[in-house]
Amino acid sequence: MGVKVEDFDLDRENTWCPGCGNFAILDTVKKSLANLGLPPNEVMVVSGIGQAGKMPGHFRVNTFNVLHGRVLPAATGISLANHELKILAIGGDGDGLAEGGNHLIHAARRNINVTYMMHNNMVYGLTKGQVSPTSDEGLKTPTTPGGNPVAGLNPVLMLLGLKASFVARSFSGSKEQLGSIIERAIQKPGFAFIDILQPCPSFNKVNTHGWFKKRVFDINEEGHKPDNLCEAFQAAMEWGERIPTGIFYDEPEARPVFNEVLFGSQEQPLLEAELNPLDIKEMIKEHL
Amino acid sequence: MKNKVNFTIKVGGEAGQGINTIGSILSRSFADHGLHLFAHQDYYSRVRGGHNFYQVRLASEPVYSYSKKIDLLVALDQASLDIHKHELSNNGVIVYDQNEIEPENSDEQYFALPMAELGEKHGGKKVMGNTVAAGAVWQIMGGAPEILEDTLRKLFKDKGSEMAESNIKAARAGAIYAVENFYGRCGCSLEEPVNKEQMLLTGNEALALGALAGGCRFISSYPMTPVSEAIQYIARQANRLPLAFEQAEDEISAIIMSIGASYAGIRSMVATSGSGFSLMVEGLSLAGMTETPIVILLGQRPGPATGMATRTEQGELLFALHAGNGEFPRAILAPHIVEDAFWTAVHAFNLAEKYQIPVFILSDQHLADSYFTAKPFDLTAVSIERGEILSSDELNKMTEYKRYQVTESGISPRAFPGQSKHCIVSTGNEHTENGYSTEDPAVRMQMAEKRIRKFSSLAKDIIPPVHYGFDSPDTLLLTWGSSYGACHEAVTMANQQGKNMALVCLKQLWPLPKAKLLEYINRANRLVTVEMNTTGQLGRLLRVETGVQPDCAVLKYDGRPMNSNYVLEQLAKGGTFPWE
Repeated sequence: MGVKVEDFDLDRENTWCPGCGNFAILDTVKKSLANLGLPPNEVMVVSGIGQAGKMPGHFRVNTFNVLHGRVLPAATGISLANHELKILAIGGDGDGLAEGGNHLIHAARRNINVTYMMHNNMVYGLTKGQVSPTSDEGLKTPTTPGGNPVAGLNPVLMLLGLKASFVARSFSGSKEQLGSIIERAIQKPGFAFIDILQPCPSFNKVNTHGWFKKRVFDINEEGHKPDNLCEAFQAAMEWGERIPTGIFYDEPEARPVFNEVLFGSQEQPLLEAELNPLDIKEMIKEHL
Repeated sequence: MKNKVNFTIKVGGEAGQGINTIGSILSRSFADHGLHLFAHQDYYSRVRGGHNFYQVRLASEPVYSYSKKIDLLVALDQASLDIHKHELSNNGVIVYDQNEIEPENSDEQYFALPMAELGEKHGGKKVMGNTVAAGAVWQIMGGAPEILEDTLRKLFKDKGSEMAESNIKAARAGAIYAVENFYGRCGCSLEEPVNKEQMLLTGNEALALGALAGGCRFISSYPMTPVSEAIQYIARQANRLPLAFEQAEDEISAIIMSIGASYAGIRSMVATSGSGFSLMVEGLSLAGMTETPIVILLGQRPGPATGMATRTEQGELLFALHAGNGEFPRAILAPHIVEDAFWTAVHAFNLAEKYQIPVFILSDQHLADSYFTAKPFDLTAVSIERGEILSSDELNKMTEYKRYQVTESGISPRAFPGQSKHCIVSTGNEHTENGYSTEDPAVRMQMAEKRIRKFSSLAKDIIPPVHYGFDSPDTLLLTWGSSYGACHEAVTMANQQGKNMALVCLKQLWPLPKAKLLEYINRANRLVTVEMNTTGQLGRLLRVETGVQPDCAVLKYDGRPMNSNYVLEQLAKGGTFPWE
C-alpha cells in the first residue's frame, strides 16, 4: 500500500500571505514524503517560531512546534528517544541563525539524524519585516531604517565550515530541484541542511520571486560534484548576480549518526527499553 | 552500656594535597566499622592551593550535621593548623605533616608524622603519605587494621592489586609509626566494630541513583557546581543502562533536548544550578504549555549571578516557584538527607508523568557534596508510575486521538509518535484539544482551566513533612533541605536541656501541604523558620499561602552550612524578622 500525497492533507485555515514561498515548500515536502513512501505517523516534524514554524500546522504528521530558535535541541532529544522516526526540522532564517545559531553549530557537529529545512526569506516575516541575519547589506527594514549596516551571512558556507554531512540550497520557485534535494536529504543518514530561498511578498520588496528567479542556477547541472568539501566551499562563495543552488556537499563516507555514536547500532529505541529499578543493584553495591 | 560515640575528625590542607584521599579512606573505614557518619567538604573554586578541609563526624546514632568542635585534626599545611587548632576539644589530637609544619609547641597531643618519607619508603611514592596519615589516624583511634585494609582494596580496586598492596604497606607504616611515636591521649577511641551493611554516598550520588532507579532514560545538562557530580555519575552509567546522556551546548538546549525526549516518550531530566536554570526558564514554560513531563534538579549555591560557586545556600525557592512566563502547574520537592534524596528523585519522575508537569528537585551544595551513611536502598520498594499513557493497541482502536483532550482531572492521556496510526501533535502555542494552535477565546479559557485543574489534583497528592520533637512545642522550627540536619540536632540538644522544641521539615514546598502544616503550627507557641537565604523565602511563602506569619526567622547566608550551635544562638537572640 503506497503513501499518497493526500494522506498528508490537513483541513486547517492557512494564514500565510498570498504569494508566500511557503506554499510551494509545503506542497513539495508532502510530495517528497509520499515519493519516499513514508506514512504520516512515521514522520516527525519539529518546528520553531516564525512563518516557517507554522508549516507543520498545515499537513498531517507528528508535530512538535517548540520555541523560537529551539528546533534542533528538541529534534536532538526526539532522535535519541526514538531513532526510528524520520525527523524533519523546520524553521526560518531568524530561528536558525539568530535565536538558534548556537544549536545549529552543535547539531551539525553531533550529526543528529535530522533533515533541517531552513526557510530563508532574508527578512523577519512573522514580526513584520525586521532585518534578519541573512538580509543583504543595505536592506531597509523597520529596525534598519538607514539600511542594514552589515553584510548578511551565507548559511551554506557556515554549514560547510561545520562539516555538516549534507549541505544544499534550493529555491521555493524551483519545485523540482527542491523535491529531489529534500528526498536525498531525508535519505541521507546524519545532519542534512537545506537553505531554502523563498520570497516574502509582504515584507521583502527587494529579494522577490523575480529577483531570485533571475539569479538562481543549479551548480550540479553545471558540473559540481558534491563529494569534495574544498570544491563545495568554492561553489558556495558566490552570492549576488548569480546565486548557486543545488547540492554543495554530500559527504561521501558517511559518519555514524549521533544516536549510533551514543549507543552503537542499537536495535531497540530507548522508548521501548523497560523501566526496571533493579537494573541499578550493582551500583548500590558499589557504595557498600 | 557503651558510651555514645560522637567524634569529629578534620583533614585540612591545600587543594591538590590529598585531603580527599585521607578523608575518603577514613570515611569508608568508619562506615565499615559500623558507625554513622556525616562528612562535608569545604573548598574554594580553585583546582590548586587555597585552604580546604574535609570533616567527618562519627556517631553511634544517625547524624546529619557537622559539629564545630573537633577531636582530631590532620593538618597538611601550616594554615590548617593555625586556623583549626582552636576548634580542638579536650584531649584533641593533632596529626601533622612534619615536612610542612613547624608547630609552636611540642605538646604530646601534637603528633609529627613524616608523611612523604614513609610514603616513599613503604608505598614507593611520596603521595602515599596520605595513606600513611590515614593509617596513623586509624591506629591512634584504635581501629581494626583489617577494616582499613579492606577499604584500601575497595578504593584502589580499579587501579590494580599492586596499587592496593602498596597503599596497604603505606597504611601499615603509618600505624607502626603511631604505635612507636605517639604518646598522647586520644579522646576519640573507637569501640568494637558493629557488623552492619552501610552505604556511603553523597547527596548527589543518591539523587543520581534515585533518578536511575526511577527510570530516567535521558539527561542533558551543562556542567555546573554543585550538580556536576550528579551529572557525571549518571554519564558513567550510560554504558550499563539503556540511557542517553548529552552535555548540551548551553542550558537552553539542555532543557529543550530533555523536553523533546520526553515528548517522544522517555523519562528525562536536566540538572543545573541557579544561573544555569535562569537560561532554562523558557523551556520550563514550554514544558508547562505542552504538558511535557520533565524533572529539573536545581542544586542551589549562593547567587546572584555566579555568586560563590562552591558554597551553599537555599535561595532559589521563590525563583523555582515563579520562573517561567504564563501560568501552569509545577511541583517543588526538596530532599533533606541522603535517603530522602534517593526517594525524592524516584518520586519526582512519577509526579512529572502523572500530572504531565515540570517537577523540581531543589538540592543545595551542602546536601549535594556531603557524605552520609545509609542502609542500602530497597530497590524492590521503588514503584514506577507513568500516569495515563495509551498503549499502541488502545490507540489503534481509536478513530481519533486528541493530545489535549479536556478531562475532569485536567490530565489528558498521553501517546507517543510512531507508536500507532495516529499523529501526535503538540505546540507551545495555545492549542485545541487536537494540539493545533488557536486563538479562540473559549478554547483558550478551556485549556487554561484544564492546565490549572491539574494543580487541584496535585495539591491532594503532597509528600507530608517530617516532624521531630514534641507534639505541642514551645518553639517550632520550620525548615527545608539540608538545614534539617542542623535543626534536628538543635532540637535534640535543646530538649535534652529541658526545652520544649520540635521541628517540621518540608519535603515538598509546592504545592505547600497547607492543612498538615497548619496543624503543626497551631499546636506551637512560637514559629521560627530556619533557612539559608537573606530574605526568609519559606516564611514569605507561608504568609502568602496561609496568612500565618512566623514569629521570627533564623537565616544564614554566608555560604557556609547551617549548624546547630548557630540555630540555638540565633534563637537565644530572638532571631530576625526579614518580612517587614
